[in-house]
Amino acid sequence: MSASARDMPFEGRRARLEADTFGMFVFLASEVMLFGGLFAALAYDRLHHPGAAAGAAPRLDIWLGGANTAVLLTSSLLVAIAAVGAREGARRWVVAGFAGAALLGVAFLAIKGVEYRKEYLEGLMPGLGPPSPLGAQPATLFIGLYFIATALHALHVLVGIVLLAGTAVGVARRRLPLPARAATVHLMGLYWHLVDVIWIFLFPLLYLARP
Amino acid sequence: MGAAITLRVLVWLGLMALLALTIGVTFAPLGAWRFPISLAIATVKAALVVWVFMELRAASGATRLVLVAALVALGLLMLLSGLDAAIRAV
Repeated sequence: MSASARDMPFEGRRARLEADTFGMFVFLASEVMLFGGLFAALAYDRLHHPGAAAGAAPRLDIWLGGANTAVLLTSSLLVAIAAVGAREGARRWVVAGFAGAALLGVAFLAIKGVEYRKEYLEGLMPGLGPPSPLGAQPATLFIGLYFIATALHALHVLVGIVLLAGTAVGVARRRLPLPARAATVHLMGLYWHLVDVIWIFLFPLLYLARP
Repeated sequence: MGAAITLRVLVWLGLMALLALTIGVTFAPLGAWRFPISLAIATVKAALVVWVFMELRAASGATRLVLVAALVALGLLMLLSGLDAAIRAV
């Protein structure tokens, strides 16, 4: 493949795409380490205070958490289909897929908000609301980790929604012509998939930790 | 394009089935096995998303290595913290 000026210093479009994807995965790896620290804290808490985690976990709503998992998995499907469409130059698939995924992201945040409100009313939020029904220190540690992990994840969902919506608008307005800019669509999708993968692990670690 | 989309829809169906299985496992009388089983199911789900949705199956070896490196680093983090806590005198 001969190199066009736009692809320099790479040998061609394919080499450039490989480098772009590589760079994106390096960034995603750093995100894995960010959440990995929290996962390690959860694993430590579970190993050293097994009863406490099991005692506090049933207070989390497994059905709302499960619904959120289904929402994110479906949004990942829409993004994956959009990425396929981007390579074929199918603008409508990309716009519809990314817009749909962004809307599902908003649905995720709404469900999360409902959960947080429920937990606030039950006195589970550290420092806010009614007094905590949890007596033992390790149980509050588990709930604290739940709030930190899900809040950090929700922040990433918010960023993902902005990225997806921005890309959808860019494609719709032809600022991102396809299939020339299919790589951009692909990389934005990769971020969203990682947000999904992180939740795939958060769900059992938090919600399913019951005895 | 049709075949690629069909593949992704099939993977999605598998993911939803695994989600149902995860929730089912939570209510099943499996005792201490519940935690490792639900983590194993989560790993399969994540592997499907990474391999098909994130198209790691089409990516270069270097890119796949980045993910392996992240997992190794994470494993080290958990292993060494766990060791430290386990051999502590306090």
